[in-house]
Formats: sequence, structure tokens, C-alpha cells
Amino acid sequence: MTTTIRATSLEAAAHAAAQKRQRQRSAWLQRMGVHLLLILLALMSLVPVLWMISSSLKASTEIFVIPIEWLPRTPRWENYATAFDRAPIMLYFWNTLIVCVFAVLGVLASSALVAFSFSRLRWPGRNFFFGLLLATMMLPGIILIVPRFLMFSYVFRWPGPWIGSFLPLIVPTFFATNGLYVFLIRQFFLGIPVELEDAARIDGASSLRILWQIFVPLSKPVLITVLILTFMQFYNEFLEPLVYLKPATWTLAVGIRAMNDSAYATNWELVFATGTFMLAPMVIIFFAAQRYFVEGVTLSGFGGR
Amino acid sequence: MNRLPAAHAHTSPFRRREIIEGYLFAAPFLIGFLVFVAFPMGWALVLNFQRYNLLAPPRWVGMDNVTQVMADPKVWQSLWNTAYYAFASVPLQLALAFGCAVLLNQPIRGRNFYRTALYMPVIVPIVVSAFIWQRAYHPDFGIVNEVIGWFGFAPRAWLFEPALAIPAFVFMRIWVMGTQMVIFLAGLQNVPTALLEAAALDGAGPWRKFWHVTVPILTPVIFFNLIVGVIGNFQVFAPALIMTKGGPQDATLFMVLYIYRNAFEYSKIGYAAAVSWVLFVVIILLTIVQFRFSGRWVYYENDAA
Repeated sequence: MTTTIRATSLEAAAHAAAQKRQRQRSAWLQRMGVHLLLILLALMSLVPVLWMISSSLKASTEIFVIPIEWLPRTPRWENYATAFDRAPIMLYFWNTLIVCVFAVLGVLASSALVAFSFSRLRWPGRNFFFGLLLATMMLPGIILIVPRFLMFSYVFRWPGPWIGSFLPLIVPTFFATNGLYVFLIRQFFLGIPVELEDAARIDGASSLRILWQIFVPLSKPVLITVLILTFMQFYNEFLEPLVYLKPATWTLAVGIRAMNDSAYATNWELVFATGTFMLAPMVIIFFAAQRYFVEGVTLSGFGGR
Repeated sequence: MNRLPAAHAHTSPFRRREIIEGYLFAAPFLIGFLVFVAFPMGWALVLNFQRYNLLAPPRWVGMDNVTQVMADPKVWQSLWNTAYYAFASVPLQLALAFGCAVLLNQPIRGRNFYRTALYMPVIVPIVVSAFIWQRAYHPDFGIVNEVIGWFGFAPRAWLFEPALAIPAFVFMRIWVMGTQMVIFLAGLQNVPTALLEAAALDGAGPWRKFWHVTVPILTPVIFFNLIVGVIGNFQVFAPALIMTKGGPQDATLFMVLYIYRNAFEYSKIGYAAAVSWVLFVVIILLTIVQFRFSGRWVYYENDAA
């Protein structure tokens, strides 16, 4: 009697163990499947970029061969020197930096002011204008390019013609024209306790002081996020600089594109060198401020593009 | 906020000061909207009825531009190209991003690496990614033909075949899906576990939990990205100008490219404005349609119904 019971319980235990092993096996298989899929996707994401970087160090003879050679035999760093000789890349880079820095300043200053007004001050028409601000987020920019070009050519002529200068790119940023950034900062301001503000008001602080000494320090995360989004936007921007700038003020995006046009047939390595050069700052910023990229994306629901 | 009720508003000097400050702080947006949005839009409307080549003064031509636009096969071709591109890219991109987010939402080793790798294309400037893909699709020396060759597919002349050019552009667009992936990942992490547990208690398996709990909760996020994606992708420009110049045989002549050419290459400013109104109206209509239909499938947690 006891032996049979023991036998069946042993059998059951063995059966359970086998089942458990099988479950573990199928879980393992599933995990491996997921890894395989993700590795494939990661390769698809990275290989085109790595191919550009690797090809920027090749000789032309290593690029125009079949089948493809993935790595340069000896890295030719001089490709970068040649590329920088071909076109004033450093000039384009400084131009880009100027535009980005002023755009960041303009967006942060004007958006913080407007966001404060839309979140903490009550005035007639506020909701209407806030709706208008949200509507501008949906406005397709192309409708504005042609008339703005005319406006910067013929209406705005002080202190000189605006077309060809950085002004058409920079000045609008000081007028909170990008609703997304105002919206992000406003949402953050709404979460700051009223008591802090009221205490400061009783002490006689002005709104400007409250904004600067209470709201700005507390809102660092969202302000840094907006800073990064703005920087990336203007670093990337192609259509507006193409229309508004001239060769001496070209940004990297427009400048290296002109080079690409002339070197498509023969000098891939030079174009890839300039491309790698333009990509490098983005990679550095990304790894230095990864947290804010993710935050920007999740806060806004869309980050840049 | 514990402030004075509105009935006494006009009597209080504090209240009056708040109103003045409200307008002052919002002034950058109010002025910026007038100068950089409303005024250019008004001008674009005027241009719609003018012939203007920048050299001679503009001339009123009534509905000429509009009738010409209606009869211009290139307008309709570019509208078709743009719609094809946008309606293929947006759903595919969102589906891929969603799939990746689901894969990455599991506790697997190397999650951070995969997430970073899949996000990487987002930080590649658009111009640089155009350089990469222009060459990746090269019939002889590009990596795309190399890789499909491993699986036994014959090489194609991607950007030189009218039927393949847009699919090639779509693939390049889907390649950049990290933003949407991060948004969905954040959404997936916000799905209330209580709901998932309740569904499990009712006997729902992983698939049913996914389709009947997770997906419905994320529909607002999907919807928002659908609208933003369509608006954004209808404005595709840089890749076409850089990689194909609208070719082959106008297969990648997108609307913004056609507007750009009319305005800045053919100096047909009025005509460019007229075409940009077509794009504007199409985008607005699509947005309205999406909002109208959203009621059928978007689920808002806080809805009273």
C-alpha cells in the first residue's frame, strides 16, 4: 500500500519536474527568439550609420568594389582633412552653433514668459489665445515659408537685409512661435504649488522675480528638455536655412548638402566624412543627456521628429 | 487658486495688475503670432491671386493660379506621391515602433542596449541620413543590394526605378521609429497593473490581455502619433531634394518640393503660394477626418460614458 503510494507520488514528481523542464525550455526558446529579433533590429538600426563611419575612412578604391568591403584596410584619417579643404566645413559649423545658441536662448526666454502667463496669470482672452497657440502646433510650416521669405526680403530691412543673415532663423524664436515648447513648460508650471507663489507675493515680489527665482529653478528638468529639443531642431533644420541663408552663412545641413551634390559620383568618402562630422555632436549630446531625450519624448509625445 | 472672485475683479488693483502682467508676459506670443504667423498667412492668401516673379511688381490675376493648379498634372502627381509616402510610412512606422516597444517591455537582458540601438537613427540629422541612404540604395556599391543578395534577391536600382523610389523612401522613414517606440514604451509602463490582473482573474491569456486591455488603453497615444505623423510626413522635403531631386520621372516629386521649386527655382511666387494652399487644405481635412473617426476607436479612460 505504502509502496504504491510512494511510487505514484514519485512518478508524479518526476512528471512535474519534466513539465517544469519543458516549460523552462520553451521559455528559454522564447527568450532566445526575442533576443534574435532584437539583435536583427538593432543591426538594421546601426549598420547604415556604422557603414558611413567606416566608409569615411576608406580609399575610393575600397568603396567602389563588388562585393562590398565593410572595413577599410588601413583607416585614412586624411579623408577628413581633404573634406575640410574642399568646403568651409568649420565655417558652417560655427554658423550652426550661432543659430543654435541664439535659438535656444530665444525659445527658453520667450517660452518661459508666455508659459507663466498661460499657467499662473488670469487675464481676459487667455483661453482663446492658448487655443490659438495649440492650433499653431498643427499648422503646416510650408504655408509660411514663401510669404516669410518675402517678408524678410522686403518688409524687414533693419539693420540691413534680413535674407542672407541669421535673423530670419533667430528672431522668431524670441516670440514663442513654437507652441510645443510653451505647452511643455506651461504643463510643468501648472504643477508648482501655489503656496510658494503666494508667499513670495505677500513679500512683495513681482511676477518677473517669482518666475526667475521660484519657477525657473524648480523647472530645470523641463527647461533642459526644451533646450535639447530646440538645439536638435535647429541643428537639423534644412528647408528654412536653405531658403533664408547665403553661402557665407550656411549652416552644416545646407553646406554639406551642397558638397554632396558635387561629390556624389566620385568622392563618397569625403561626403561620409562630413556626414560623420555632423553626426558626432548629436551622439555626444545624446549620451551626455540621454535622460532628457527620453523625458522630452514622453513629455511631449513627440520629440523633434 | 484662492484669489478674489471675478465679480470684484475690476475693483482690485492687484487684479488689474495681474491682467496687465498677463498681457505683458504673453506679449511675445501675441506679437509673434501676429507678425510671424497671421501676417504671412494673410500674405500667402493675397499671393494666391497674384502673379509675381520677384523682378516685376506683383500683378493681380484673379483665379488664374487656382485654375492653373487644378489643371496642373504635377500638382496631382505630387499630391499622390506625398499621400502614398505618408499613408505607407505612418502606419508601418507606428506598427514597428509598437512591436519593438512590446518586445522591450519585457524583463530581458540587454534591454538598455537594445533600446539605445533602436533609438539611434533618431539622432542622425536628416541630411546625414539622406547621404547614407542615397548611397545605401546605390545599384552597384550600396549595402541594401548587398544584404538582400545574401537572401538570394536580385539587385535593384532603388532610387532610379519609379515604382521602387517611394517604397525605398518609406523604408528609410520607418528606420527612424525610436521616438514613437519610446512613447509607446512609456505608455506600456503606465498600463494599470490592476486592470491586467483583473483580466487575468477573468481567465484572459497574454494575447487577450494585450488586445483587450493594453491596446485600448494606448489608443489615445496611437491616435496622437497618427495625427502628428501624417502632418509631419505630408511635409517631407529634404530626402527628396537631396537623394533624387524629385526623380525618377517625378516619382518622388513631393508637394513641398514642388512648392519650393516654383517659389525659389522658377520664381513663380504666386503659383507656389497657390500650391501650398492645396497642401494646407489637405492636411487640415485629414486632421479633421482623423478627429471625426477617432471616436470609433480611441478609448479615453476618463470618459463618462
